[in-house]
Amino acid sequence: MRSNFVFQEIWVGLRRNLTMTIALVVVVAISLSLLGTGLLFVKQVDSTRTYWQSKVEISVYLCTTDSPNPACSGAVTGAEQQQIYQTLKAMPQVEDVSYVSQTQAFALFKQDFSNDPSYVSTVGENEIPPSFEVKLRDPAADYNIVASAVTGAPGVDSVVDEMTILAKFYRLLDGARNAVVIVALILIVAAILLVANTIRLSAFNRRRETGIMRLVGASNFYIQLPFLLEGVIAGLFGWALAAGLLIGVKSLLLNNLQQYFSYNVGLTAADLVEVIVLAMCVGVLLCGVTSFLTLRRYLRV
Amino acid sequence: MINFDNVTKIYPNQNRAALENVDLTVNKGEFVFLVGPSGSGKSTFLRLILKEERPTDGQIHVAGKDLARLTNWKVPHLRRRIGCVFQDFRLLPNKNVYQNVAFALEVIGKPRRFIRRVVPEVIDLVGLEGKHDRMPDELSGGEQQRVAMARAFVNRPMILLADEPTGNIDPATSIGIMKVLDRINRTGTTVVMATHDAAIVDSMRKRVIELEYGKVVRDQVRGVYGQAY
Repeated sequence: MRSNFVFQEIWVGLRRNLTMTIALVVVVAISLSLLGTGLLFVKQVDSTRTYWQSKVEISVYLCTTDSPNPACSGAVTGAEQQQIYQTLKAMPQVEDVSYVSQTQAFALFKQDFSNDPSYVSTVGENEIPPSFEVKLRDPAADYNIVASAVTGAPGVDSVVDEMTILAKFYRLLDGARNAVVIVALILIVAAILLVANTIRLSAFNRRRETGIMRLVGASNFYIQLPFLLEGVIAGLFGWALAAGLLIGVKSLLLNNLQQYFSYNVGLTAADLVEVIVLAMCVGVLLCGVTSFLTLRRYLRV
Repeated sequence: MINFDNVTKIYPNQNRAALENVDLTVNKGEFVFLVGPSGSGKSTFLRLILKEERPTDGQIHVAGKDLARLTNWKVPHLRRRIGCVFQDFRLLPNKNVYQNVAFALEVIGKPRRFIRRVVPEVIDLVGLEGKHDRMPDELSGGEQQRVAMARAFVNRPMILLADEPTGNIDPATSIGIMKVLDRINRTGTTVVMATHDAAIVDSMRKRVIELEYGKVVRDQVRGVYGQAY
């Protein structure tokens, strides 16, 4: 095997249809980076979901004197409050119940909106309802049972499941992820067609050489290797660009999500490396296999 | 060296056979002219030897190998033992004389030292000494065909197939080409040459096989182009 001969052939091939090669590199880069972004999204959603599922709670808001809810007739009484507490505590699905008084709730409220003091100043302490924060054993399955047990009970204003709030957020993330993955798949199809076309053009450009090679008895492997490597090298260039883009996506986009959360949802460098390595495998396989199949059609013995 | 045993070749979507019941043997070291009008099956005969086509019926043995039993990945090894020359030379326009000849050895993975030693010898043999650095478009047709012959012969094949090698060359230059083919033949290489050139066939007095509509109509040991009798 004369390796420098093979590399010379690859170089000639890549240079001769430079425009196709550039198009191929760009499409591979974009499709791989979108695919990678999709994978990062999946990881991101998983990491936040796992965290939340352990934290999620049902808030049972109690009536206050100012409650606009017609079910409330004045503030919750001590007996009612005790009754609700007992009901919740007795349920097997409930892991823990804690009482948040109006004072505590108002303090939390002030803290949450600390960057908007004018808003805080319009709300009085007695407008923030006290609540029971109920921690469930299995939030996804047990929410309805627990919620219906206390909804409409005397003294209960409303029952709010944090899951429903989070669900919106998840829908958003899932939708974004699906969109990204679908676009990535379409682009991968485009990339496959482009690889096939590039290799076909390259084979056509060098049909004289390959014809002579066949004639003088060069092995199929020797004839096809430069074309195959041409595809794979273009794929690797595309992957290198995609890796850069993915690092950008993580550091500019996903890391920004962190600022909306008080706990750590950031992806680790290992996650990123995993996605990049996966993208490389996809890129190399995609280009290699497509080149190989194209060559079987256009460079027959 | 080449043995056709009742070979018939019918191309797909054609009802007439390109070759029909061809039964002949070419021995080692022979020089054979293959004559006949266009479409008589000369090129098919050569393509069958190279296993570029498969016979519809019959058996072909080349260099002791049954071509039907030769697996696809061994076909290149068969072709290394067969040199080929064509009417249109088929040189690489962006490589000079030396590189064109060396290409044939490079692509079968021969070591560079070997190439450096062998290529100049063959270029001398075909009479192009001192023209290593010429590009094909700086050479005359005859010289280009000499390069093609050097490339076909550089790997010392057992068989040299020539498909109308003088077809694009004037008669005076053709004589030089035939001298080179004769010289190659004298090294022990079997030469099979398809041609329309009556003058050359008549002057060489070698074996002549005539094909017509795919059938062998004449096989003479020291023949001429036309049927003189």
